[in-house]
Amino acid sequence: MPQDSPLEAAPAPARVGLFVTCLVDTMRPSVGFAAVKLLEDAGCRVEAPRAQTCCGQPAYNSGDRADTQALARQTVKAFEDFDYVVAPSGSCAAMIREHYPALLADDPAWSARAEQVAARTYELVSFLTDVRGVNAVEARFAGTVTYHDSCSGLRELGIQAQPRQLLATVQGLKLSEMQDSDVCCGFGGTFCVKYPEISNTMVGDKIDCIAKSGARTLLAGDLGCLMNMAGKLKRTGASVETRHVAEVLAGMTDSPAIGEAAKD
Amino acid sequence: MRSTARTFKENAKAAVADPQLRRALDHVKSGFIGKRAKAAARLPEFDALRDAARDIKNHTLDHLDLYLERYEQNVRANGGHVHWCATAEDARAAVLEVCQRVGAKTVTKGKSMISEEIALNDHLEAHGITPIETDLGEYIIQLRHEPPSHIIAPAVHLTKDLIEADFRKEHTQFPEGRSLSEPRDLVDEARQVLRDRFLKADVGITGANFLVAETGASVIVTNEGNGDLTQVLPKVHIVVASLEKIVPNLEDLSTILRVLARSATGQEFSTYTTVSSGPKRAEDPDGPEEYHVILLDNGRTQMLGSEFHEVLRCIRCGACMNHCPVYHAIGGHAYGWVYPGPIGAVLTPALIGVEEAGSLPNASTFCGRCESVCPMRIPLPKLMRHWREREFERHLSPAAVRYGLAAWAFLACRPALYHWLVGLEMRVLGALGRRKGRFAWLPFAGGWTRHRDFPAPQGKTFQALWAERKAGRAP
Ligand code: SF4
Repeated sequence: MPQDSPLEAAPAPARVGLFVTCLVDTMRPSVGFAAVKLLEDAGCRVEAPRAQTCCGQPAYNSGDRADTQALARQTVKAFEDFDYVVAPSGSCAAMIREHYPALLADDPAWSARAEQVAARTYELVSFLTDVRGVNAVEARFAGTVTYHDSCSGLRELGIQAQPRQLLATVQGLKLSEMQDSDVCCGFGGTFCVKYPEISNTMVGDKIDCIAKSGARTLLAGDLGCLMNMAGKLKRTGASVETRHVAEVLAGMTDSPAIGEAAKD
Repeated sequence: MRSTARTFKENAKAAVADPQLRRALDHVKSGFIGKRAKAAARLPEFDALRDAARDIKNHTLDHLDLYLERYEQNVRANGGHVHWCATAEDARAAVLEVCQRVGAKTVTKGKSMISEEIALNDHLEAHGITPIETDLGEYIIQLRHEPPSHIIAPAVHLTKDLIEADFRKEHTQFPEGRSLSEPRDLVDEARQVLRDRFLKADVGITGANFLVAETGASVIVTNEGNGDLTQVLPKVHIVVASLEKIVPNLEDLSTILRVLARSATGQEFSTYTTVSSGPKRAEDPDGPEEYHVILLDNGRTQMLGSEFHEVLRCIRCGACMNHCPVYHAIGGHAYGWVYPGPIGAVLTPALIGVEEAGSLPNASTFCGRCESVCPMRIPLPKLMRHWREREFERHLSPAAVRYGLAAWAFLACRPALYHWLVGLEMRVLGALGRRKGRFAWLPFAGGWTRHRDFPAPQGKTFQALWAERKAGRAP
C-alpha cells in the first residue's frame, strides 16, 4: 500500500451493508463490485445481505402503499445490524433515508427501527466523501467524461459536488460539463414506459446536451437513468459510452459499457 | 372549460410531435429559468422569505374562517359586496346577475385563472354579453378561441409568426402593408385596438392575486397595466377570486409579493401592483360605482385538512411549470384543463375529480425540480403521489398495472425465491443479449424499446457472484 493511500485518512473500520439495488443486482453487477472495492478501500467491511431485493420504489410511485411498507420492513430488517447502509444509487438511498420513516411512522413496531436505518443510509459516493472523508481515489481513466445529476440524489440528498470532487482525482480523466446536467433524463421508473413519448422527448433533449459536451463517456450515479440514456444513445447510433460513476472511480472499466457488446 | 384531461396520453403524444409547439416551448426553458435563478441569487434572504411566505399561508389556512369573515366585513365597510359561491355555476350566475342588472353589453377583463376555471367567457357570451380580454396573452388566445397554456403566460405556446398572422386576419382596420415583425409592433397594435374597448366597457372583471383581510382590498400584479384600466374605467368592478387567496394584512402581503415576481418572471417586482379597496368614495376623482367580489370555493374547503391541504398555499407564480421537464416537452394544453404543469397535476384532480384527471399526477418522473423552486414550498411530488395512492386504493389504476405490481411485490417480498428466479432470468437474458449488448425489441417492453434500446444484463446477478466470491471463487 503506498504511503499516500486514501485508506490512511479513513476512520476506523465500519461494517457496511451494501444495498445493491435491484437494477445493479440484475442488470449490472459490476457496479456492485466497484462499490465494494471503493468501500473496502475506504476501510469498510462490506456485506451484501441476501434478504434484500428492492427498496420498493416501483410500488411506492404507483400508489401501492401496502406493498411498499412490506418491502420497507423487509429492508429495514435486513440492514438494521450494520453501522451503515450504502447504495450505489441516489434514488434508492433517498427512498430509504427520506421516505421509509414517513412510510412506517404509524407502525409502532417499526417506526423507530425505520428511523434508525434511515439515518445510517447513504448513497455511495457521498458516503465516501462525507462520511469516510475520502478525498481522492486511485484510478486512471483516459478520456473526457460528462456527468448527469440524477434527480433524487441531487434534490433529495444534495449530491452534486461529491462525484465531481472524486472524479477530479482520477488520473487522465477530464470532465466536460453538459448543459442542463441537473435536468431529468426522462427515466422516472415506470414513467418511461407509461408515457413513452414524453420520456422519449426528455431523453432526446438529454442526449443532445450530452453530444454537445463533446464527452466520450457519460457517467451518472443511478443505473435506471444510465440505462435510459444509454438505450437512447445506442438507438441513435451515438458513439458515447455510458458507465456508472462507481466503475470509473474504482478503476473497474474492463467490462463492456452499458448496452455495449461483450468484447470477445 | 371542458376538460380533455382524460385523453392526456393522446394529447401529450400529439404535443411532442408538434414542431411549432416545441419551438415555442424552448422559450420557457431559455427565459424563465435563468431569470428566476438570477433574481433568487441577487437576494440573499430569498430562501428565508420563502419560509416566511409559507408560514404566513399556513397560518392563514389554519384560521381561514376567521380571516374570510374579517375580509367580508371590511369589503362591506368599504361599500363593496361579497358573493359567496360554492360552485363554478354559482359564481357564473353571480357575475351574470350583476352584469345583467346594470345592462352590460361589453365587459373588459383582466387576466384571471378563476375566470377560466368557471368558464366565464362562454357563459357571458351565451347571454349576449361580450367579454374582452385585455391582457395581451389572453387577448391573443381569445382571438384564437384557445384556452391559456400557462398560468402567467397564457400564449406561451405560440410563436411570434403565428400571432402576427392572427393579427393580420383579425385587425382588418389597419393597413395591410404595416410592419408587425417586432414584438413591440404587436403590443402597440393590440393596445390601439383595446384602448377604445376600455372606454366603452360597462363592467370590468379582474382576478385577484391576493385578498387582504385587514383592509378588504383585492390586489392584482400585472406587467401591462391593463388590469388597472379594467377596474378603474367601467362603472362596475367585479373581482373573481378563490377563497384561499386571502392574506391577513398588508405586511404579510408584502412578504409574499417579494417572492412572487422573483419566482414567476425573475423581476424584483411586477410593473404594476394594484390594490383596490372598493367603489369610488365621495372624494375620489374616479373609480367604479359598484364593487363586487365573487368568492369561489369550488371544492377548496374540501381540501382543507386533507392530504392536499398544502396546495392551497399556491400563489400561482408558474415557477413549477417553468421548471418542469414534462411541461417543457408537452406544453400546457395537453394537461387538458385550466391548470397545467405540476400545480395542475395536484390541483386538477381535486377540482374536477381523479377519475377525470388521474393521468396528470401520474405523468411525472418525480424529479423534484418543481418543489425545489416553489416559493411556497409545496411538496408537489408528494401530493402527486397521494393522488396515485387514492387511485390505487379505489382501483382506478389500470388492472394490468395492479396485477403486475402484485406479482412483482409477491416475489420481491420473498428474497430466496426472488433471487433464484431473477438469477435464472438474467442468465437467459444475458446470454441472448451478449453478442449485441442490447435489445432493439423485447416482449412486454414496447414502451421502452419503441424509442430506445434495452441494455442487456451482464448475465449473473450480483447476489450470485457475491455468493461465489464468498465461497472463495471468482471474482
Ligand atoms: S405550486 Fe408553487 S411554483 Fe407552482 S404555481 Fe403554485 S406557488 Fe408557484
